[in-house]
Amino acid sequence: MHLLVGVDGSDDSLAALSATVDRVSETGDDLTVALLLDAEAAADVDLDELVRDALGDVNATRERVSGDPASRLVELADGGPYDRLVVGGGSRSPLGKVNLDQFLEFVLLNATTTLTLVR
Amino acid sequence: MTGRTYPDERAGPFEGPPRRFTDAEGRDIAVRDADADDYDDLVAMYDAFDPEDRAQGIPPMRPDDVRKWVADLLGEECSNVVARHGDDVVGHATLVPDVATPGADDDVTATDAVDTSDPEEYELAIFVTRAYQGAGIGTQLLEALLGKGQADGVEYVWLTVERWNDPALALYRSVGFVTSNAETFELEMGIRL
Repeated sequence: MHLLVGVDGSDDSLAALSATVDRVSETGDDLTVALLLDAEAAADVDLDELVRDALGDVNATRERVSGDPASRLVELADGGPYDRLVVGGGSRSPLGKVNLDQFLEFVLLNATTTLTLVR
Repeated sequence: MTGRTYPDERAGPFEGPPRRFTDAEGRDIAVRDADADDYDDLVAMYDAFDPEDRAQGIPPMRPDDVRKWVADLLGEECSNVVARHGDDVVGHATLVPDVATPGADDDVTATDAVDTSDPEEYELAIFVTRAYQGAGIGTQLLEALLGKGQADGVEYVWLTVERWNDPALALYRSVGFVTSNAETFELEMGIRL
């Protein structure tokens, strides 16, 4: 299987990446990481470094994605050889209620690739 | 403030707890302040909670998560009221301080400094056990909690609610909550006390 993970620099997306790396270490699935360069969370971090650290020894191709993160990620996923699109998300309010932000809502509603949401 | 909008008009006044009334099914219901002593009975209520009545991931499903969540809600900075029928807790309403700055989960830099000792906004949630729904308990709980909040100096309260949850929407509107954001996945409402 070929997995595509969208990483925008948020903790949720890094958790999704980490979980996926663990999985492909065991399964040998192909992995591509989409670096969402223009995402809000990406502005404060060194996305390349975070992704490099998370990958460790695992082989993965990297796609640098500019522009609107959600729509460009979906475009990449649906236009490529990917079996799964993996994203993190569903942040929690002070009360613990799950919030689906606009990024997640867009991906959920628009991706035709099977989606995995890592929590 | 997070940039959420609230009504200009203040709602209420609301009478805080304690309250005692007969619900629509003829049951004698007591609404009171809740504290650590109510922990066990609250856990019991949520352990038995119908999964269908969960909203946006709460109450949690796993017993460990329920206990941690209830303990957090009974924390010092939160306000809680419970409705009891006899010894059982059949309803719970809570206000939790919201000290988040927009887009910042953890890192609070010097330029984004937030005074965490004085939260301006509170998030509200209310749960009533299935068998006790539709009997007027939600309204009593909500008003009592808002009354308690008013007395404690709470001014801005917000909540999110699933768009299709008509009874909940009606309940919130009836006490003065107004839609503040209709563009998010869940409907967001706010009230000013």
